[in-house]
Amino acid sequence: MTARIVTGAHYGLRDWLAQRITALIMAIYSVIAVIVVLSGKPINYAVWRDLFTQGWMRVATLLFIASLAWHAWVGVRDILMDYIKGAGLRLALEVMVLLTIAAYVGWTIQILWR
Amino acid sequence: MSDAAAKTQASRVRPKYLNLQALLFEIRLPLPGWVSILHRISGALLFVALVWMLWMLDRSLASEAAFNKLKHYAGLWPVKLALLALIWAYCHHFFAGIRYLFLDLDKGLDLASARLTSWLVLGASLVFTVFFGWRIW
Repeated sequence: MTARIVTGAHYGLRDWLAQRITALIMAIYSVIAVIVVLSGKPINYAVWRDLFTQGWMRVATLLFIASLAWHAWVGVRDILMDYIKGAGLRLALEVMVLLTIAAYVGWTIQILWR
Repeated sequence: MSDAAAKTQASRVRPKYLNLQALLFEIRLPLPGWVSILHRISGALLFVALVWMLWMLDRSLASEAAFNKLKHYAGLWPVKLALLALIWAYCHHFFAGIRYLFLDLDKGLDLASARLTSWLVLGASLVFTVFFGWRIW
């Protein structure tokens, strides 16, 4: 069995890059969402519901939440790594955060395709 | 002990100087440092508040009655203040994030630009918070 080196170059690169790409996706969604809402009719229930029954809006919002899930995971993990020094507690918190994020994604799908 | 040895000894045992008083009043964070810590705080805040925002999205799309109930609830001033705080957090995270993307591309690294873009980030997030706040108020 070979010893696996778990630290060193490139191990963090994928998450670093993912955080930036997901940030861009969310930024583009945010700008489009603000423009759509501000340039359209005043928001009431019918306008709001019609917006979210359009296929592109559902898919774009799902992409946003998927990006948010990955982005928030990297960010929260960074915070936990900085402030929680005990490995056991940190692992427990990381698992809780992952489960919470997974639940949020599931909930969002339920909200969008009800 | 020679002078040199005493010096190494002293540098090895560094005084720990982190307490609330030092954090609040004595350690002067440079401007880009403020943008940085606010980026972290706003990110943490947005994550913690995510459950509330998803709940509001859920209610707003559930039915017309639920939508109107939510609208009434969002009109209460403590709720509006909380929403305003989240709007600020989103704006700050957005603009500071764009600044970091440029820093990653080695743009704006010199001191003058770093300070200028820090002011721009702080200013733009406040301006947009006021604008969106005015739209929802």
